[in-house]
Amino acid sequence: MTAVPSPARATPADREPVFRMRDVSKVYHVGDVEVVALREVSLELYAGEFVVLLGPSGSGKSTLLNLLGGLDTPTRGEVDYRDHALSEGGEERLTRFRREHVGFVFQFYNLIPSLTAAENVALVTEIAGSPLDPREALDLVGLAERADHFPAQLSGGEQQRVAIARAVAKRPDVLLCDEPTGALDVETGRRVLEVLDRVNRELGTITAVITHNASIAAMGDRVIRMSSGRIVGIESNAARLPASELAW
Amino acid sequence: MVRVGALDRKILRDAWHIRGQILACALVVAGGINSFVSLSSVNRTLAASQAAFYESNRFADVFAGAVRAPEPVARALADLPGVAALETRINVRVNLDVPGLAEPARGRLVSLPRERAGGLNALHLSRGRMPAPLSQDEVLASEAFALANRLEPGDAIRAVMNGHYQRLVVVGVAISPEFIYALGPGQLVPDNRRYGVLWMDRKGLEKAYDMEGAFNDVVARVGPGASIPAVLDGMDRVLAPWGGVGAYDREDQLSHRFLSDEIAQNATMARVTPTIFLAVGAFLLYTILTRLVQMQRAQVGLLKAFGYSGAELALHYLKLALIISLAGAALGVASGLPFAHHMLALYAEYYFFPMSPGGETARVSLAGVALAVASAALGAVPAALRAARLPPAESMRPEAPPRFHAGALERWGLRRALGPAGRMLVRHLVRRPLRFAANVGGIAVAVSLLVMMTAMLDGVRYLMDWQFNVVQRDDLQVVLAEPRSRAALDEFRALRGVLEAEPVRLVPARLRHGHHMKRGVLYGLDADPNLRRVVGENGRAWPLPEEGVLLTAIFARRLGVEAGDTLDVEVMEGRRPRAGLLVTGIVDEPIGYAAYASRATVNRLMGEGDVLTGAWLRVDAAERERLFATLKAMPQVAGANLRDASWEQFRAMIDRSVGIMITVNLLFAWIIAFGLVYNGARIALSERGYELATLRVLGFTQREAAGLLLGEQAVVTAAGLPAGLALGLALTLYFVWMLTTQLWRMPLVLTGANLVGAMAAVAFAAAASGGAVAWRLRHLDLVGALKARE
Ligand SMILES: Nc1ncnc2c1ncn2[C@@H]1O[C@H](COP(=O)(O)OP(=O)(O)OP(=O)(O)O)[C@@H](O)[C@H]1O
Ligand SMILES: [Mg+2]
Repeated sequence: MTAVPSPARATPADREPVFRMRDVSKVYHVGDVEVVALREVSLELYAGEFVVLLGPSGSGKSTLLNLLGGLDTPTRGEVDYRDHALSEGGEERLTRFRREHVGFVFQFYNLIPSLTAAENVALVTEIAGSPLDPREALDLVGLAERADHFPAQLSGGEQQRVAIARAVAKRPDVLLCDEPTGALDVETGRRVLEVLDRVNRELGTITAVITHNASIAAMGDRVIRMSSGRIVGIESNAARLPASELAW
Repeated sequence: MVRVGALDRKILRDAWHIRGQILACALVVAGGINSFVSLSSVNRTLAASQAAFYESNRFADVFAGAVRAPEPVARALADLPGVAALETRINVRVNLDVPGLAEPARGRLVSLPRERAGGLNALHLSRGRMPAPLSQDEVLASEAFALANRLEPGDAIRAVMNGHYQRLVVVGVAISPEFIYALGPGQLVPDNRRYGVLWMDRKGLEKAYDMEGAFNDVVARVGPGASIPAVLDGMDRVLAPWGGVGAYDREDQLSHRFLSDEIAQNATMARVTPTIFLAVGAFLLYTILTRLVQMQRAQVGLLKAFGYSGAELALHYLKLALIISLAGAALGVASGLPFAHHMLALYAEYYFFPMSPGGETARVSLAGVALAVASAALGAVPAALRAARLPPAESMRPEAPPRFHAGALERWGLRRALGPAGRMLVRHLVRRPLRFAANVGGIAVAVSLLVMMTAMLDGVRYLMDWQFNVVQRDDLQVVLAEPRSRAALDEFRALRGVLEAEPVRLVPARLRHGHHMKRGVLYGLDADPNLRRVVGENGRAWPLPEEGVLLTAIFARRLGVEAGDTLDVEVMEGRRPRAGLLVTGIVDEPIGYAAYASRATVNRLMGEGDVLTGAWLRVDAAERERLFATLKAMPQVAGANLRDASWEQFRAMIDRSVGIMITVNLLFAWIIAFGLVYNGARIALSERGYELATLRVLGFTQREAAGLLLGEQAVVTAAGLPAGLALGLALTLYFVWMLTTQLWRMPLVLTGANLVGAMAAVAFAAAASGGAVAWRLRHLDLVGALKARE
């Protein structure tokens, strides 16, 4: 096992957090029933770190990620990104936040079927401040030669890599991935994780990955475990394992 | 039963979910049924009432006039082969002095049949009583004239009969199949205040006009299978020695002509308008149901797995179509019937005959419902069959992702010109070319409806302007009781208040060319007329030829004549001279069967001196009232048409009848445009909601997402607008052709304001409906987009 030192190797204590969640609760109302998805969760994320979120189904992982990404607002508590208060943002402010700072990777890729790989990436770079060139982004995920292919002409893994290229092309400050390997086989999943790892190292993007696969935990700086809407444990890895060496 | 119940609840919930689209579709169907029910029931009511009135009151088939024929001649006429019934009459022009009317009114005085019951063109007495036998001062007044002048039984008017003033008492009010639409000579629109028909006892009238034992007018009905041309020929032959002025059939009978033309135009509208609407409605329904079936693939598969048959599922979706079509039909019938009622009330102001809807409204309403259901089936059945044919196993899997490719368009450099959003749009449109074409077609239809209706209105206004400002520049038209010498003109000129007077010699004539024959009016005008000119459509005034005649285009076409041909002209007056006249030009005049020659030519043809039958006057406004009083007192004046009064009548008729048509069609076109764009955008939203939610997550603003969603509709609308202009031109040409009657030629008038206005109105409706859909983007489920595939 070769431990690779991470560029963001530093103890959380001596640095300013980029994201800060304080006593965040999220309650959904379904008819008369209250579903508490998050219960007074507090969490801080730091520049350049790679975190892995683990937990059983329904434990609130996606809810947490959505709050970080400005897709949703908490019922109680505060979510701050640097000096933006995400918990108070109106729809317009949240949209601007997502546009300027966040890259999303979805379980089902969510590519636009009527656009080629390069165009799917360009869709985002055109509304970003200082983006990568779409080809460059595709190069980063190893798909430069497939730039002119439509999603229907790509495999699931390739589509997911295009989705990652689309997410990172605008040089986001944070990359949020909800089960990015959930729909992929082991080998393909590994390639996708390699890409995420590489992006995190080369661009220094904060990366949060939700997974049901505990073995992926080894590639993160920190591992956050959730259960019933609570964070039940945070572990720091002394060293991150490259994706190729994960024991799947 | 329980099973069906659950499925029925499902379709009701589905319907509620897409209620906006359903409403849009039902409104379009309602528009179609409204126009069908209103136009058809008006049309059928008019046609049935006309036929019934003609039959019950024995409207004549053949009409003929003479100067004076002794009564025994009637025997010879009645013996003509083909003549089934015949009646002789006295029929004269009168000058009327009506209380409360400054200028003289004109009218016809017609004798009542000797045997009061069972004559031809029998009268229907609506108030009062018949004149007493032998009475010389009792008359029946036509309903139109009585109404316009508020004449009640017991009221008296004065008439100039055979040169003498006579006091006439109106004892009753009647309608006749012969004068359903009463148009005075020279009038374009009935002016019932200034023109009316009176009926009098035969003996009384004979006495007043020294016509004892004689007649000057004949009406006849022909037997079944009789040849009308043969009867006309026979009558001409028999009446020729008695100053016969030519027999004619219903074709040339003014009242019949107008009413029949109106019914024919009406029938065209009743066919075309509903067809357009129902076609659009069927298309909307097709797209709505196809999308619903597509979205519910998995449900269909599941239900089939449970054991529902394909037919049951098809029926399931057809029920939704049935709901929509019945709702549309109900709304269409409910709004169409009052509209029909309103239209009939309008007709009743111009056409005087008993109009009874009878069973027509019920029949038409039922037909409307059937039509709505049938047209809905046209759109719904193909969509429902899709559900029936889905293989259960396959349909439970999500649909294969749509395949897109960069088409030829893009290879020509579109790629560089468009950003990703633009390319998405182009590829979506290119992937469904038929749907794109149908949507563009729908918008085009909406635009074309507006263009056509406005063009019709503009056309009528143009005619009116042409007639009253270009052709007729007089203030007052005077008609002489009989031809007079030039001295009569000098007399008019000498009247106080007359600024200018221009003579005319008018004769009715039959024009023949080859085997074509048509009755018309021959105008003898001054060589270079100023008050009544001969003007072509381009506004150019034609100088009158020294020799020969100018023909209106309608006339020339009917006779198959071109400039340079020689016409056989038979005058239907006096000694009925006949001569060949050279056609020196065809005038593109939109109104009537007229031939124009110099007055000298007509005088020569008639073998008379410097003679006129009327004059156009330009008068000093301040002297107008006095002048009328003077004219009223002149026995040689048969009547006068006031230009201002005619203009006013014309405008009132257009504003009231065409005005509502325009308003209704504007509404209809809006409904179509709104329905199409709203439905298109809703379907796009449903198909691409997932995609748009993804884009919103990626940081696209609501406005940008709306832009992507509505871009397609914008392209459809942008393509549909100019296509609509083209279609509008075609539709206008079609209507111009259909609405051109024997008496009018509808001019083709397409103004910039019309074209721009039609496009703007539809664009506005499209924008409004697009906005309504964009509003829904607020409720897009962003988190949901992350969770799962569609
Ligand atoms: N829109 C919603 N309406 C109601 N309840 C919701 C909604 N979204 C999430 N929940 C509930 O909130 C809780 C947490 O959901 P969340 O999606 O965050 O779980 P998760 O940890 O991501 O689960 P999984 O691993 O299955 O994706 C669950 O009980 C879920 O049912
Ligand atoms: Mg989740």
